[in-house]
Amino acid sequence: MSTRLATGGRRLNRDAGVRFSFNGQSLKGVEGDTLASALLANDQMLVGRSFKYHRPRGIVAAGPEEPNALVNLGQDAAFEPNQRATTTELFDGLTATSQNHWPSLEFDVGAINAKLSRFMPAGFYYKMFIHPRPLWKHVYEPFIRQAAGLGKAPKGRDGDTYEHFYAHCDVLVVGGGIAGLTAAKAAADSGARVLIVEQTAHWGGRAPVDGGTVDGLPVDKVVDDLVSALRDMDNVTMRLRMMGAGVYDHGYVLGYERLTDHAPDLDGPRHRLWRIRAGHTITATGAIERPLSFAGNDVPGVMLAGAVRDYVVDYGVSVGDRTVVVTNNDDAYRTAIALNAAGLSVPVILDARVPSVDSPLMAQAKAAGIRVMMGHGVAKVLGGKRVTGVAVCAQAGEGAVLEEIACDAVAMSGGWSPVVHLWSHCGGKLVWDTQFAMFRPDVDKSPLGADGAPFVSAAGAANGHFGLAEILGDAHAMGQGAARRTGHTPAKSAAPAGDSIEEAPMLPVWLMPQGASRALRSKAWLDYQNDVKVSDVQLAAQEGFESVEHAKRYTTLGMATDQGKLSNINGLAILSDALNQPIPQTGTTTFRPPYTPISMGAIGGEARGDVFQPIRRTPMHNWHDQNGADWEPVGQWRRPYAYVRAGESTHDAVMRETRNVRENLGLLDASTLGKLVVKGPDAGKFLDMLYTNMMSTLKPGKCRYGLMCDENGFLIDDGVVARIDDQTFLCHTTTGGAERIHGHMEEWLQTEWWDWQVYVANVTEQYAQVAVVGPNARKALEALGGMDVSREGLGFMEWADGTLGGFDVRAYRISFSGELSYEIAVRASEGQAFWDALMAVGADLGVMPYGTEALHILRAEKGFIMIGDETDGTVIPQDLGLHWALSKKKDDYLGKRAHLRSHMADPERWKLVGLETLDGSTLPDGAYAVAQGTNANGQRNMQGRVTSSYHSPNLNKGIAMGLVLHGPDRMGEVIDFPGTDGTVYKARIVSPVFYDPDGEKQNV
Amino acid sequence: MSNAVTALNGAEARDGIATITEVALQGMITLRGDLASKPVAKAVKAAAGVAVPKPGTAAVVGDSGVCWMSPDELLILCPYDTVAETVAQMNDTLAGVHALVADVSDARASFRVAGPAAREVMAKLAPVDLHPDAFAPGMFRRTRMAQVPAAFWMPDTDSFQIVCFRSQAQYMFDLLKVAAQKGSGVSVFQ
Repeated sequence: MSTRLATGGRRLNRDAGVRFSFNGQSLKGVEGDTLASALLANDQMLVGRSFKYHRPRGIVAAGPEEPNALVNLGQDAAFEPNQRATTTELFDGLTATSQNHWPSLEFDVGAINAKLSRFMPAGFYYKMFIHPRPLWKHVYEPFIRQAAGLGKAPKGRDGDTYEHFYAHCDVLVVGGGIAGLTAAKAAADSGARVLIVEQTAHWGGRAPVDGGTVDGLPVDKVVDDLVSALRDMDNVTMRLRMMGAGVYDHGYVLGYERLTDHAPDLDGPRHRLWRIRAGHTITATGAIERPLSFAGNDVPGVMLAGAVRDYVVDYGVSVGDRTVVVTNNDDAYRTAIALNAAGLSVPVILDARVPSVDSPLMAQAKAAGIRVMMGHGVAKVLGGKRVTGVAVCAQAGEGAVLEEIACDAVAMSGGWSPVVHLWSHCGGKLVWDTQFAMFRPDVDKSPLGADGAPFVSAAGAANGHFGLAEILGDAHAMGQGAARRTGHTPAKSAAPAGDSIEEAPMLPVWLMPQGASRALRSKAWLDYQNDVKVSDVQLAAQEGFESVEHAKRYTTLGMATDQGKLSNINGLAILSDALNQPIPQTGTTTFRPPYTPISMGAIGGEARGDVFQPIRRTPMHNWHDQNGADWEPVGQWRRPYAYVRAGESTHDAVMRETRNVRENLGLLDASTLGKLVVKGPDAGKFLDMLYTNMMSTLKPGKCRYGLMCDENGFLIDDGVVARIDDQTFLCHTTTGGAERIHGHMEEWLQTEWWDWQVYVANVTEQYAQVAVVGPNARKALEALGGMDVSREGLGFMEWADGTLGGFDVRAYRISFSGELSYEIAVRASEGQAFWDALMAVGADLGVMPYGTEALHILRAEKGFIMIGDETDGTVIPQDLGLHWALSKKKDDYLGKRAHLRSHMADPERWKLVGLETLDGSTLPDGAYAVAQGTNANGQRNMQGRVTSSYHSPNLNKGIAMGLVLHGPDRMGEVIDFPGTDGTVYKARIVSPVFYDPDGEKQNV
Repeated sequence: MSNAVTALNGAEARDGIATITEVALQGMITLRGDLASKPVAKAVKAAAGVAVPKPGTAAVVGDSGVCWMSPDELLILCPYDTVAETVAQMNDTLAGVHALVADVSDARASFRVAGPAAREVMAKLAPVDLHPDAFAPGMFRRTRMAQVPAAFWMPDTDSFQIVCFRSQAQYMFDLLKVAAQKGSGVSVFQ
């Protein structure tokens, strides 16, 4: 039985009862409980089933290292799986269910796996399911997937919100135990800006449970004093419920703050991810107790000795009436003494060591009347779903049972391991400490910053110090050191003087008893969460998985959500033993962030819903939205694909808009096209290098279409360049190209041609730009009134400033449709008003807005290429028949030399042609044209592909462009395009200019 | 002209831990040139009445001032309806000098975040040290806010003025509302 004691529990407010439910059963806890302590108070030791064998599992720990007590927490929009009961603060109305069992926690069908465990050793899945190969994908894997997994995936949207917070400090202290508080105080006394974070809801860590005095005062009082002193300092920020999750380069540290997990009714975000820049980070992250490896060490009721002590002292919970303590070190005696003091029975302390004289703690236990058996250990634990006793054996032997002792709990301690995770994340190395049989931070191999100096220090137990005096001395020194490293002068002060009880040396015990039989080893668990036993690691070594990283992956040791916080050191000790090599030679696996799992919500932060990503809107966006726009994403912009009217399909709308432009008047919102001002005495020379054709000869008032290649000769952008004055050009780019081409220009100016006098400014968003297109375009502009837009006044490929309808405009006479066309730029702030004015004057002229699909069809009818359709990063101007745009007069331009390379000049490169199906149908976009024979891989040879394909309502047939082998020389030839629908499309190679090849319509 | 409107028509949100308001149209002029040169100093002085600011700073009073953008770029602020004449005047002053003057007033949106928690709202979105000792009125920062570029300064000790691209105005406004949501105070700067 585990139960609530009548007294005790320093974290409890016994006057405030809390209701919660576990597996549908309503239970009572009190304020200050964790879910784990409340479950134990209700005698709910069994909390889950193990991953592989579905063995009953109970609570093992009292902190974040807990491997077993993972629950599904909350319901519906607040549901979350795999939450550790030991770090979940209890609140009224909490609902939790246990995981990985069917049909119930008490009776689980999967437990049959446990009976078969002899036949499911390490690597079982790899060995069993590899043959026959196809069965893996279709039979084995789906079946295993169904059985595997711990929690359930949430079904609905997460109802909570999350956020990030950028914080800066001189010194960051991770861990609010006595070491962290002491280090923070030492650093803060120098005036440094200090941020101290503690993952639990309480300051002080283990110290108040373990006791002791500092400068003659009880340590819990010292903690309170330190906390209030730090709280009063303006240069100190203190955060509870915030874990240091990961340490990264340049002093970047992630902090994971849980704001409403303990109080879901509070307003505001649930989690906050702190993105911290710290001058220096101190990891005062304490230590984690190690289990002992004996048979049945996973039976519910077997717990870490420190956790048993925590539950008694912090929560007034007894995990059992009779607790056997088994240990290899002095610390577990504190548990025996604490239990005894609480009036509970400790039938025996089994101590694997045989000391010559009793240490003070041993003497204290004996004086309290507790039986101590030196040189003894547990042969095996008795009981199934709950401990009923232990079989005692000599540690030195093979497990012969000397005595059976009835008990309902076992408190085990295999020693302590410093929490070195944060120290290690960014390259801090470890050194093996033989005295405590543990890896500790190697101060000579600290994580180094950009300046080559250490930027992380470990302090206290995390640095391998366990006595109160050593912890305080170390923490004080580290706090002062961190202040010094961040440019502050530490106040002259001595470290607080802690008292340390002298302890007898611990004895490394990696297997209990040391000569345990195979049967015992097969029940001695290393990794509770992934069900890895001593025998599995030994088998891995025997089968040749000698590297710790390989053995880890073969056995899955330490690969569960707890990342081996309890299992790793024991596992690699067993591996070292099997390989007959010292532990430091085996080494550790890699510590990776986060320290414990953090929520996906916290990582995403505010980026969800409306602000999932920035959507860019033109000044006319809302009008489009209210007028049926079917949106198309173009980069981060949204552009209307078509304006769909009631009763129309999107296709109908596209056809209507495309026809209307050729017959009447269309308006296109062209505001998204990039506009870059290039100015300076060398601007012409600069543009001659960037564009393949000549720009420096362009006259002010004129426009010229240009192509841009990268230095490898591939097309990267195109657009119309207008010369504004002698030194100023305005370059239009594609919608997606504005920022990219701006960056491209700056890069060349800043890195290669830094001595050229050219400035570039991106003025894309300064203007709303409207394409006014169709036979009635001029009439519409004349109806607005103002500047001369006549054939003579504003010729094709000219621009002019003026006014239209009272708006200040810049009018470009350019055409991407082959129709009479103007693009009118106005101030963005007046964009909507200008659009409204055009719609008004266009009412009698058949005006319709048109979207990007109509734009595409119109340009394809004319054989105009589109960057991103006809080009894909591998296409050069020559492929597209654009030789006319490659200047022969210029000495050089970006891409010129690349075009001379043999592969670029290869006549076998596929070339642009038009394609027309024989039956007028539309070719599938992206379809490939097949050729005779097969290639070296046995695949059908190809001779071309479709780059653009549309139904043209103006020509009433399918039209397409494509790249085809020797295409321009094969006019009239019919080639085959197999579709994905089983049809083979036959298409004739034709000119890509389908409509008005002489360009008469735009020249009116 | 009366047709000119801001991106969000003066949207505001007042129910969070800080108030968020879209600022009226603001004249903004990009100046690129040699910031150490006399003609640039003269053009800046004539346009905004102040000297060329030092890196990371801005001299702004009301809707006029100058902000340091980069080693060869300044942002001139002026009343919206005087932009055209200011641009013309600057171009005159800089005639014959290698410099670029561009009106970008309509390419931008401006927001004001105000209240005692304004610093915290900003610190949720911008990777900038916003401790009062590190960032104060008179300073200027070009940075990122969540996923978009932005720049800001502090008109007074409790408020920030943000400049972003006009197309991202709705995103910025929504973003600030989320960052200022009720109950989300961080309590680190007070």
